[in-house]
Amino acid sequence: MRLRPPRHLVSTKAVGYWTLRALGGWLAVVAVQVVWMLNDGGHARWHVAGLILTGVLGAAHVIVMPRWRFRVHRWEVTSEAVYTQSGWFDQERRIAPISRIQTVDSERGPFERLFGLANVTVTTASAAGPLKIRGLAHDAAEQLVDRLTEGTATDRSDAT
Amino acid sequence: MSAIEPGTDDWQRLSTRMLLVHPVQELLRAWPVLLGLVFAGTAGGHGSWWSLVATVVVILGGLLRWFTTTYRITPEQVQVRKGLLRRQVLTVPRDRIRTVDVTAHALHRSLGLAKVEVGTGRTDRKSDGVKLDALNAAEAARLHEELMHRVSAPAAGAAERPRETILASMRPDWVRYGPFTLTGFVTVGVIAGVVWRSLNEAHVDPRRIGMLRALLDRFDRTPLAVDVLVVVAVLLVVVAVASTLGYVLAFHGFRLTRNDAGTLHVTRGLVTTRAITIEERRLRGVEFSEPLLLRAVGGARCIAITTGLRVGRGAERGGSVLLPPAPRAEALRVAGEVLRDGVPFTGTLAGHGPRATRRRFSRAIGAVLVVVAAALALWGLGVVPAWTWQAALVVVPFAALLAADRAHALGHAVLNGTVVGRRGSLVRRRSVLSCEGIIGWNLRRSFFQRRSGLATLVATTAAGRQRVEVQDVPLEQALRTAEEALPGLLTPFLEG
Repeated sequence: MRLRPPRHLVSTKAVGYWTLRALGGWLAVVAVQVVWMLNDGGHARWHVAGLILTGVLGAAHVIVMPRWRFRVHRWEVTSEAVYTQSGWFDQERRIAPISRIQTVDSERGPFERLFGLANVTVTTASAAGPLKIRGLAHDAAEQLVDRLTEGTATDRSDAT
Repeated sequence: MSAIEPGTDDWQRLSTRMLLVHPVQELLRAWPVLLGLVFAGTAGGHGSWWSLVATVVVILGGLLRWFTTTYRITPEQVQVRKGLLRRQVLTVPRDRIRTVDVTAHALHRSLGLAKVEVGTGRTDRKSDGVKLDALNAAEAARLHEELMHRVSAPAAGAAERPRETILASMRPDWVRYGPFTLTGFVTVGVIAGVVWRSLNEAHVDPRRIGMLRALLDRFDRTPLAVDVLVVVAVLLVVVAVASTLGYVLAFHGFRLTRNDAGTLHVTRGLVTTRAITIEERRLRGVEFSEPLLLRAVGGARCIAITTGLRVGRGAERGGSVLLPPAPRAEALRVAGEVLRDGVPFTGTLAGHGPRATRRRFSRAIGAVLVVVAAALALWGLGVVPAWTWQAALVVVPFAALLAADRAHALGHAVLNGTVVGRRGSLVRRRSVLSCEGIIGWNLRRSFFQRRSGLATLVATTAAGRQRVEVQDVPLEQALRTAEEALPGLLTPFLEG
C-alpha cells in the first residue's frame, strides 16, 4: 500500500517568489553581521569567517530550497476530500474530508501579488489541521476557492 | 425544574452580595500596583496619598462592575451586557452551549455565591465564552441544570428528574499519590520567585536577616557535598508537602457522575469548589496519562477529550480531569466507564518496530553527544572547564534509559471504533479518540523519518489538544491504521 502524492503542482512562479523571500531573510542576517563587525572593531578574522559561513549556507539554501519545495508542494481536490503536500526537508501530507471544512480563505501578500500568486487556506474545526496551499497562480486559486465553497455550502452540520 | 418562561426576558443583575466581592477582587488584582505606588511615592512624600486615591478608584471600579453587568436567558440564547466605557453584549445561542462550569472560591463560598461559566464549542483560545461572576449558589445550580439539561434532553419535562450514577469518588488513601504529582515544584518555584523579587524590590540583603545568616555560617563550616545533600533533601520534602497540599486543595471531595440526560459531572475542590458538566455527545475520547513518577508508584489519571472546554493549563491542557491521580486499576475502570467500553484502554497495541526504536535512541543519545562534542571543542579552546564535557558524558546512560522507555511506549491500534495512540516516557499518554471525532489526517515525515521509512500520523480533532499523534510508525502501518479508522477517505489516493 502506498499513498501517492497529490496530482497538481503549484505555479512555477512560486520558485521565484520563494527564492526572493529566502534571499531577503539571508540579506537581513548579513546586514546584522556587517553592522556588528563595523561596531566591534577587533576580531576581524572571526567576523569574516562568520560572513563566509553565512554566504555559503545562504547560497545553498536559496538555490536548493525553492526548487526542492516546488517539487514537493502539491494539491488535489476530489468530491470527497482535500489533499495537500507541503514542506521540503521535512514534509507533511494533510487530508481533510470536504464535509469537515469550515472556512476557505485565500490571501495574497505584496510580494505574492508581484508574482501573480495566491495562498489558499482550508480550515477545519481542529486547530491542528488547516490545509495551506501556497504558491498557486492567482486565477487557479480563485477557481479552487469557488469550487470548495460550493461544495461546503450544501453541508449544514457544524463539522466538529 | 422551574424553567424561565419565554416572556420573562428582563435583564437580571448578578447577586447584590457581589458589591462586597468585586472591590476585594479588584484590590487583590491591583495590589502590586498599589504597593508600587507606595514605594514610588515615598521619594516625593506623597506615596500614601496616591495609593489612597488609587485604592478608591479601584474600589469604585469594582462596585461599578455590578451596576454595569446584566444578563438574561431567553429560550434561544444567553446574553450578557457589560462594560462601562466599552459596552459589550455577549450572546451565546443556547444550542451552542457545550459546557457549564460552576466555580466558587473561598470568598464566594463564605457569601453563598458561585460563578457560572458557559463554554461554547469554538476552538476557544480567544473567546472565553460567557461568565457570570457571581450568582447566589442556588441560582447558579438552577441555571446550570437548566442550561445543560434543556440542551441535551428537550423532551424531558418536569415530570421526572434524570438519574445520576456515580462513576468514581475520591478515597482518602489516594492522597498518597499527591507527592508524586510534582505540582509542588511550580508552587515552590513561584513562592521562591516572589520572595526573591520582594527582597530585591525592598533592598533587603538576605545576609542581614539573623536566622538566615546563622544558617549560611553553618554551611560555610560544613563540606560542600553535605550542603548539597541537605539542600536537596529539604527541597524534596518541601515539594512533596506542597504537592500533597495542592492535591488535596484541588481534588478534595472529587466525584464523577453520569446523568441519564447525557452528561458527565465533575465536582471537586476543598477551598475553591468546581462543578464541571460535560455533554457526552461532545466527548470525543479519553486520555489516560501516567507521568513517570506516578507510574513508578502505580498511579494514573484520566482526562476527557472533549470539544468546547476551554483549554486549561498544566494537567488540564488536554481537557477536563476525569480522575485525579489514583490507582492505575481505578483509572482504567473509570476511563472504560466513561467511554462505556474498556477495550480501548486494555487492548493490545501494535508496536512500531526496530526502526522506530533506533530513531528514539539516535535522537536521545545523538542530542547529548552533540552537547558533549560542543563542550569538548570549547574545552579545547580553553573557554570552559573540563567538568562540562564530563558532566554531559554522564548524562548519556540516562538518555539511553529514556530512549528505551520511550521506544517501549510507542504503540497504536484501532479498537472498537476508536483510534488509540500511546507515546512518551516522562508523561506516558494513551490517547483514545473515537473515529467519529477525527476530522482529518496529517502525515508528517521529516527527512530522517523518510530515510527510515517512518511517519508520524496525526489524527486532527476539534477536541482537547486538537490532535492525537501516532509517533514514528512504519508508513505502511500508518496508512492501514488511517484506512481502518476512517474507511474510504484515503482510498482514492492509495495505490498498490
